[in-house]
Formats: sequence, C-alpha cells, structure tokens
Amino acid sequence: MRTPAFILVLTAVAAALYFTFNFVGNDYLFFAGYVVLQYIVLATAWNILGGYCGYVNFGSAGFFAIGVYTTIFFYTVGQKIDTLMPDWLIAPMKLIFPLPLPVLIVLAGLVAGIVGLGMGYLTLRLRGVFFAIATLALTVVMETFIVNWSFVGGSRGAYVIPPNEVPIFGNYIHFLFALMLLLVVIALTSARLIERSWLGVGFATIRDDELAAEASGVPTLRLKLVATVVSGALMGMAGAPFPYYIGYVEPASAFNLSYAVNSIAMPMIGGTTSWVGPLVGALLLGTLQQVATVTISSAVNLLIVGLLLIFFVIIAPRGIVGLYQDWFGKSRKGAKP
Amino acid sequence: MANSTNSITVDGIDAAYGAVRVLENVSLRVGSGETVVLLGTNGNGKSTLMKCIMGWVRPTKGKVIAEIDGEKHDLAGLTTEQIVDLGIALVPEGRRLFPRQTVEENLLLGASRPKARAHIKTNLDFCFETFPRLAERKGQLAGSMSGGEQQMLALARALMLNPRILLVDEPSVGLSPLLVARTIDAIGQLKTHFNLTVLMAEQNFTQALRIADRGYVIVHGKIEFEGNSADELNNNDLIRQFYLGM
Repeated sequence: MRTPAFILVLTAVAAALYFTFNFVGNDYLFFAGYVVLQYIVLATAWNILGGYCGYVNFGSAGFFAIGVYTTIFFYTVGQKIDTLMPDWLIAPMKLIFPLPLPVLIVLAGLVAGIVGLGMGYLTLRLRGVFFAIATLALTVVMETFIVNWSFVGGSRGAYVIPPNEVPIFGNYIHFLFALMLLLVVIALTSARLIERSWLGVGFATIRDDELAAEASGVPTLRLKLVATVVSGALMGMAGAPFPYYIGYVEPASAFNLSYAVNSIAMPMIGGTTSWVGPLVGALLLGTLQQVATVTISSAVNLLIVGLLLIFFVIIAPRGIVGLYQDWFGKSRKGAKP
Repeated sequence: MANSTNSITVDGIDAAYGAVRVLENVSLRVGSGETVVLLGTNGNGKSTLMKCIMGWVRPTKGKVIAEIDGEKHDLAGLTTEQIVDLGIALVPEGRRLFPRQTVEENLLLGASRPKARAHIKTNLDFCFETFPRLAERKGQLAGSMSGGEQQMLALARALMLNPRILLVDEPSVGLSPLLVARTIDAIGQLKTHFNLTVLMAEQNFTQALRIADRGYVIVHGKIEFEGNSADELNNNDLIRQFYLGM
C-alpha cells in the first residue's frame, strides 16, 4: 500500500473509532482510550530506536516527561505574563498565550528531539546493556533537574486547568482523544515510512552487525542519531497533552517507571521488526491494563506486563507478529512490497 | 593530475586489549598494486592488525599511514567512517553479512560511501557479472545462502565501496578446500580488474601464496619473517616449522 493510501485508511479507522466512542456516549471510554492511544505512540516511538536499530532505551519516561514539562513550562509562562515580561511585551504576549495545545505538542516534539540529539551524542558510542544503563541514568538526571526547578512546580507539582468546553469537539476529553488519535496516525506513518526506506535498511544493519555496517561505510552514528531524534520527538509529543488530561502533574507521575517499562514491553510482545508490532502490543497490553484498573486495581498493571513479557520471551520471542508469520508462513520476502 | 599510488605503511605499532598485549612493534608495507599476505595461525594478531588499520583498535604506539591516490593520510585520528571514506574496504573475518537483508540490499549497503554512490550502477553490474550466482539470488536473504556464496557476497559488498585498498581478513574461514581456492582466485581477479592494493590475512598459506606477491609471517604479535617473493616464503624454515611441523 502506498503511503497516502495508508494514511487515508488509518485516518478512516481513527475517525470510525472516535465516532463509535461518541455514539456509545460514555466519556469513560475516552479517558481509558486516551491512555491506550498514548501507549501506542510511546511504543511505536521506542521501537524506532529499540526495534529497528536494536538499541534498548530505558529512558522513555524521560522523553515523555520532557513533553509533559514543556507544556507545563509554557502554561506557567502564560499564567505569569504580568510578572515575567517587561511592560511593552505584555500586550502582544497576551495575544499569543495561552498557547493552544497543538502548538504545545509541536514544541514538545522539538524540545524532546533536541534532547534526543544530545543524549545520542553522549550515549550512542555505548552498546548493548551500557547504552540501556546510560539512558536510565539520564532519566534520573532529568528528574532531579525538574524536582529542583520551582518554576515548573518542583516536587510540589503543577496544576494545569483545562478549559471545560472546546469548539467542535465539545467536551475537552473528546478533543484530547482526537489529538492523540492524530498523533497515533503520525507515529505509525513515520514508523512505516522509515521501515520501508533506506533509513530502515540502514537501521537493520546496525541491529544485525554494527561493525560490518561501519566497514561497509554505512554512516552508523548519523543513522542512530536520526533514530534517537525521531523516537525522542514522538515520545515528547505523546507527553505534551498529559497535563491537560490529568490536571495535576508531579515529577514522580511524569517520570513514572511504567512508561519506560510499558514502552519496552509493548513492542516486545507485539514484535519489534515492523510497525504493526508496537501497535498490536500496545492495544493488547494497554487495554488489558485499563480493564484491570477498573476490575481489580491499577497496582496489578505492572504484574500483568511482567507475566506477559516472560510468557512471550519464552513462547514467542518474535512477538505476536512473529507468531502470525510462523503460522501463516508470511516471511519477510513474501511480505515485501 | 593526481597519481594513483595506493599503499599502506604500518610503522612500529603496539596494540593491546586492556592488559593483554597483542601486537608488538609491528611494521609492514603494502606497496601500490601489490598483493601482500599476512600469514599466521590463530591468535597471533592478524585480525587485530586489520582492526588497527580500520580504526576499531587504537594502537598505543606507532603509526598507520595510508596513501590514497598519492595523498598521505595518518589514520590515527580518523574514525572508521572516515577511513572507509578514503577508500579502504575490509572484508571482515567470518563474512559478517547482513543476514536479514537481501543480496541486492547487502550490495547496495556496501555503496554507502558518497564517492561510491556515483558508480553504484556500474559496480552492481560488475559484481553480478563476476559472480553470476549473486545475480540469480539477488532477492534472496543473505543469511540463507551457502558459505561460499556468502563469501562471494562479502567480497562483492566490499567492492561496491569502489575501494583503492582492499583488506581481506581470513577469507578461508568455514569454507571447503575447493571454495577456498575459488575465493582466493576471485580475489586475484578482482585485484587485477580494479587495480587494487590488497592486504590479506590468512592461515591457509598454500592457497594464499598463489596470488601473493610478498608476505609477512606474524607470530605472537611480532613480524618474524618478511618474504620478498612467494618463493622465499615457500622455502622458509619458519613456515615449515609452523605449518608442516618439520
């Protein structure tokens, strides 16, 4: 399928989902669905570096939090224009602020992408488990930084009050849900584009044999930096609407371990070699977690992840996509366009 | 008009992995258009020397100078990417193809170097012409081919770089005697066609000497013997002692 057609189909599915939820009429569906969609974006983003290049990033929570705190930063700036800006700037700034959420998402993507570039330069010369540890360490550094930065709330946390109503969508959660659907479409389209381009082939050589790739002149460091930037930017974009969703953010919730763990577990369970894997994994695991939250307790979520991960590592190391290919004999050669 | 001298001079290098000393005061020279073989059994430092040239292992002492089209480059400060970009290609030990990519993709990946991209079509045609087997199997995954075919692909992939200097690390590993002979022949032919400068590390000395102009014997990280012709190497006591136990 060509990319425009793919986007069209994806958008149609997204719209159908939105209208079905709207038809059912229970807003809880939107709240729960938002979280699942957010995980689809996170898992897809993680997979660009972790699945395609084979570099396991334990810092997903950090990038997510960068998105969260970019929103909080600009929100706070908007709140404090009168005290922050010189007099002549106040009037024009009041026209711009508060920034609309879509703009915040783009800004969050930029900031997270830049941080991704920096992190890449610092850590991408490390391989395997050392890289994973470095990304985890960087997340801790970022969290410490945020905890001590009182402008964005520090360890007290920050409140973001979403407007009650928005034009067209009505209820604000409908708007957030629609935005997240859009992000899912963007994330999946980018992942699929990468997978089928030379970028994807280059990434795969890094995963398969990085030294051989270097000897063949594949610009490995540059490719890895591209992967970190794209992956980081998407994670940041997924985090940007979060304060509006949750209303109150503190560092421990923005840097929550569950983001790091889920964004690794979901692609692993779904399958890491194609864009379908993270999607399937996130849908399955995310929905399961939402059901468990309602029926049992949200504390059981990480347990579910752990059990499923063990199950899949043993029974189906190539994930659900791998299982499907084994059963239906669709190898990569046959599936190639 | 730049001349076309392409040589490698290794000047007194030491190399170590942590505390383990692997190379000690190794010097050798591969002159323009020569095929030089580096003979030695396992664990004597052949691959480490190759890695020193490619920039994966940094020598603790000494210098590696490459002369490309008459211009001298000190490889010490360069990254692997830059070294490859100069026109030095390595066929790594154990082939190290990209097993989940097709034959054609492997070849095209070999041409990642900017200067090679201009000649991608001619080089691809030449590779398919020289190794018809690869043309037949261009859509097949590289990992699913036989050892001999994979070695041909590894060679062809290195050629896609449009190199001036070709390093070949143990092309005979894991191949049957017949295939070893064929691989060595192929290297000889390619060398002539592209007018390459070749440094080949090998333990199969009878095969290697068929195409070598000169050679060095490396023992425990030191160059123990320098043979100025294939004959000299053939009749050398050290080699007899090491390979034939006489």
